[in-house]
Amino acid sequence: MTMDANASTMAEPAPRRWQQPKLIEATWLRWAITVAVLLYLALALGSIDANWTRVIEGIGRAGQLFAGFLTPDFLSRWGDIQVGIIESLTMTVTSTVAGVLLSVPIGLGAARNIAPLWLYALCRAIIAISRTFQEVIIAIFFVAMFGFGPFAGFLTLSFATIGFLAKLLADEIEEIDPAQVEAVRATGAGFWQVIDYAVSTQVMPRLIGLTLYRVDINFRESAVIGIVGAGGIGATLNTALDRYEFDSAAAILMLIIVIVMSMEYMSSFFRKWIQ
Amino acid sequence: MLRVEELVKRYRTGDVALRGVSFNVEAGEIIGLIGPSGAGKSTLIRCVNRLVEPTSGRIWLGDLELTALKKSGLRKARRRIGMIFQEYALVERLSVMENVLSGRLGFTPFWQSYLRRFPQTDIDRAFDVLDRVGLIDQVDKRADALSGGQRQRVGIARALVQEPEILLIDEPTASLDPKTSRQVMRLITELCRERQLAAIVNIHDVALAQMFLPRIVGLRAGQIVYDGRGDAMSSTVLTRIYGEEDWAKSSSLASDPEDAEDDLPPTPPMADATVRAVVR
Repeated sequence: MTMDANASTMAEPAPRRWQQPKLIEATWLRWAITVAVLLYLALALGSIDANWTRVIEGIGRAGQLFAGFLTPDFLSRWGDIQVGIIESLTMTVTSTVAGVLLSVPIGLGAARNIAPLWLYALCRAIIAISRTFQEVIIAIFFVAMFGFGPFAGFLTLSFATIGFLAKLLADEIEEIDPAQVEAVRATGAGFWQVIDYAVSTQVMPRLIGLTLYRVDINFRESAVIGIVGAGGIGATLNTALDRYEFDSAAAILMLIIVIVMSMEYMSSFFRKWIQ
Repeated sequence: MLRVEELVKRYRTGDVALRGVSFNVEAGEIIGLIGPSGAGKSTLIRCVNRLVEPTSGRIWLGDLELTALKKSGLRKARRRIGMIFQEYALVERLSVMENVLSGRLGFTPFWQSYLRRFPQTDIDRAFDVLDRVGLIDQVDKRADALSGGQRQRVGIARALVQEPEILLIDEPTASLDPKTSRQVMRLITELCRERQLAAIVNIHDVALAQMFLPRIVGLRAGQIVYDGRGDAMSSTVLTRIYGEEDWAKSSSLASDPEDAEDDLPPTPPMADATVRAVVR
């Protein structure tokens, strides 16, 4: 203290201290909140009713599964796996293409700044229905309608793509710069010319980005909906698990991981490339 | 040439932007439209090509009553009216050439314009106007790669390539620095003279208006309060247009809060303005 005082009189100013300001000023309150959170956590954990004997059994089975992972068996079910993967990829591509083709007109219709109110309401309703139901639920519905197999999966993913793509496209269109639209309109351009020159130019990078993103979502979903009977690699995976063929299941999971990761990598690469 | 009669615009919100505006523009005549923000300048010129639908009143372009037109008639009429915008309003992701050619959209069928297969005559026209505004070297640049002054020249080229009879010009200099503003105003007035084009120029900057525009119409709260020579405007006229309290407290227009966004050089007292006004 005296040292500091001396130092400051000797032209060297005392070091000024600084600490990051606390989010919560009052010390007692900080501690009270911490204690309350920990207490709640302890109580919450205590309320979970765990069946420990069942867990121990499960650990054994998990061990088998992991053992399977260490020795994935691509060969003995290769025929099924190959069919499943090809089916899934086919479903992904066809449903993305169909989904985009449907989403563009619906997206245009669902943008309040281009569409009249009745069309807007209709298109937003379609989008809302598609977004309300998770893919698995839609898949169950289509499987019941059209039977097991990839056709139900194709319909599911196409329908789900509308909810995603048309909504985000419509939102993007609603936020375009109106001045560019006004300028093109002022030249005497017709409606579709305005859409082509002033609207699509503004939303195209986003549309391409969303489509690529949707490709990898659709592949992932195709694995999930296979479990409820909509074909694809999910169906193959389900069969393998039902037969306790963990080594084949492991091989399938690994393939799914590899494909999803490479798709994600490619789509992010392309999205950076357009602008 | 352009006749506006008793034009009224009431927006759906209840705001009345124009309360019975009437004036004529002769062939080849350029008029400046001044007035405070919210006086209805933008609404007025947008009523002419009906980007904004007037509530009542009539507008004639030559013998054609613009206010009576239906959809396709309106599109044909818009081809005769060129428009230049405050923030250029170029299509940012299209090239300079595509932006200029978009001025020919009213003459081109959809599929041709979609495939960018414009008729050779249109392409020649586009090259000519780009040459005239000094952008012949920037043809394939994207519009968002240009500077402010260059962008406004593209905007001008897009309007000219329509080969219009009249230009509607909305605050052409509001986003430009003082020097570029003068260059752009000079270009516009020269082009109008060369091509015998009539023009209505909305403009914030009174000094600039007086410098380039022989006739000035002052708009206040949706009504015309002055219509006469630019160099005959006295401080009483400016008070009538911009209002007493904004006006009396200083001799400089730049202190008007309405003009805050402009790069206005300090305006000398209005007595001097009459002297400077005849530069061009």
